[in-house]
Amino acid sequence: MHEQQTIEKITYRDALRQGLEEAMRKNDKVFLMGEDVGRYGGAFAVSKGLLEEFGADRIMDVPLSESGFVGAGIGAALGGMRPVVEVMTVNFSLLALDQVVNNAATLLHMSGGQLNVPVVIRISCGIGRQLAAQHSHSWEPIFAHIAGLKVLSVGTHEDARYMLGMALQELDPVVIFEYTAMLNHESEIHEDQIVRDIKKAKVRRGGKNLSIITYGAGVYKALEAAEKLMGVGIDTEVLDLRVLRPLDIDAIRATVTKTHRVLIIEEAWKSVGVAAEVTALIMEHAFYELDAPVERLCGAEVPIPYPKHLEDASIPQTEDIVDKVKKMVGK
Amino acid sequence: MKETPVIESKQRGQVDHNHGMELLRQMKSIRALEDKAAEMYSKMKIRGFLHLYVGEEAVAVGVMQSLTQDDNVLCTYREHGHALVRGISARKIMAEMYGKQEGCSLGRGGSMHLFDKSKKFFGGNAIVAGHLPLAVGMALADKKQEKGDITACFFGEGAAAEGEFHESLNLATLFEVPVLFVCENNRYAMGTALQYTHHEQNLEKKGVGYGIEATAVDGMNVLAVEKAARKAVKYIRKTGKPYFLVCNTYRYRAHSMFDAELYRTKEEVKEWKKRDPIQTFTDQLLKQGLITEKQIKTMDKEIEKEIDEAVDYAEAGTWEPVEDLEKYVYSK
Ligand SMILES: Cc1ncc(C[n+]2csc(CCOP(=O)(O)OP(=O)(O)O)c2C)c(N)n1
Ligand SMILES: [Mg+2]
Repeated sequence: MHEQQTIEKITYRDALRQGLEEAMRKNDKVFLMGEDVGRYGGAFAVSKGLLEEFGADRIMDVPLSESGFVGAGIGAALGGMRPVVEVMTVNFSLLALDQVVNNAATLLHMSGGQLNVPVVIRISCGIGRQLAAQHSHSWEPIFAHIAGLKVLSVGTHEDARYMLGMALQELDPVVIFEYTAMLNHESEIHEDQIVRDIKKAKVRRGGKNLSIITYGAGVYKALEAAEKLMGVGIDTEVLDLRVLRPLDIDAIRATVTKTHRVLIIEEAWKSVGVAAEVTALIMEHAFYELDAPVERLCGAEVPIPYPKHLEDASIPQTEDIVDKVKKMVGK
Repeated sequence: MKETPVIESKQRGQVDHNHGMELLRQMKSIRALEDKAAEMYSKMKIRGFLHLYVGEEAVAVGVMQSLTQDDNVLCTYREHGHALVRGISARKIMAEMYGKQEGCSLGRGGSMHLFDKSKKFFGGNAIVAGHLPLAVGMALADKKQEKGDITACFFGEGAAAEGEFHESLNLATLFEVPVLFVCENNRYAMGTALQYTHHEQNLEKKGVGYGIEATAVDGMNVLAVEKAARKAVKYIRKTGKPYFLVCNTYRYRAHSMFDAELYRTKEEVKEWKKRDPIQTFTDQLLKQGLITEKQIKTMDKEIEKEIDEAVDYAEAGTWEPVEDLEKYVYSK
């Protein structure tokens, strides 16, 4: 009989859940700890069903006490467990930031290399659901600033599925940013888009006229923009940074060397962000490859307002990317 | 320190016609506003998060009776009812929920961030427990300036697990500042029930270690809440010290607009609805002959009209121009 190959699509949410489930099954030292991860089914239903499968000892609901439970996760990692700590959204991560900075990221160094902290902290984030200023922060740049952390950004379904497993191989603290706006987004898992490490950036789409460098929610937006640009004869490369700390300098240099023009897309506020860092790296490592100044499209310097039209105007949209690229290549 | 006008009968949890009508009207207005907000949410006029106060009305209404217009009020994201009782009009609230510039926060804040400085209503804070330290500081400022006002701070039982709760209680007693901490214990923090959040579930006992005067009260009974709040406020005004009031209540609806409610049974919700603050109070007023069915009907009609007008106002409201996006980041 002829085997019919079916291409299966899954949501970003299910990809995250599969990654989590797999990690829990593989290693019984892995446990999930966070607000509403169990009985509520996960604030965004990512951990739905896991309580039934793994029990309350491994899918631990915790009280509202971000500093306390993130710190406890760090302690559990020190004590030999493999905790995955979920901070419901990045907006609440600030309450835990002291634990992350002064314990997770620092203990190895202060102890002269004796104490490693293999904790994984998952944080959902993103803008675009009209949640207003306090619930629409983009703190990737803050975390990416912290020496001692590895910071990952899940911009595709492939990374949603596999990044957690790789993070759990690390000896050092890893922070993973997941994007709520993409949770319901369906896609196939493309073999050629899977990256089996958390060191490298990934060219999601090859192109020759200009490189868009981005991460997180910017990746699919950039790919969509690239499709539209192809229609007007502009062949855009899209580099997904994936790893915000440490940044993959080789991949950045390679794309600049290939297209000689760079636009960086970031939802976070423009000043002092990841885009600024990438720009500086290009100056340091690939300046003479540039045909034009590096440009950035980033978040407006304003707490994100509630109304949709103002929220949309606060961050780069696909149309903005298309327009910007056209201008940059003179079309 | 200012004197709160204390009416003796209210101290004993009794009520006359006028006051009964007023309490009932306030609770019913909150419920009508919330029901309408839910409707407008399903029509996608209101977006983002929308946390409704249905079932908990007696708490805001009871406590607010004890405050003067000079006192400060700080709330969580579940604050539409508090804002309304505080005197922000339903239309300003509805327009804010729509995101129109006619709203009480010019549309910038939405449902979770209602503000009105003229009413001394300081939000609408969506970071759980984030406003407790603010309340301590506002009370400290009042104390330093010898204003004699108090600061009322509403928050959930989930918030009482946060470090900021504990730090704030300690600071408030240490500084001896006039804060009324009102814990709205609706038994759930999103889907996490009280017993999974607190080892000590008699939350008022948390006051002991901090040396703060504390009581718990039936938050489904508006007169009981009012009485307890008046007593607390009297104490605060007299001593200048903080007070911790726990109101045990229940949220009927989802945490925000939608959740699967996997964390509780339908029976449990039904049981609590039997203690509905509006229904039980209505029954009491009727039984005592303080109000007639006809008066209730008239009241319902008036409220409905007010809420419908609020929707009309919000609908007619305008969007702030995009060019103004970067406004209000720094003071002029
Ligand atoms: C610091 C912080 N952590 C988590 C959240 C997400 N969150 C919003 S409301 C809520 C539950 C709060 O429960 P409670 O304090 O009891 O108030 P209620 O919603 O029941 O009125 C949670 C977990 C948040 N907004 N802020
Ligand atoms: Mg609660």
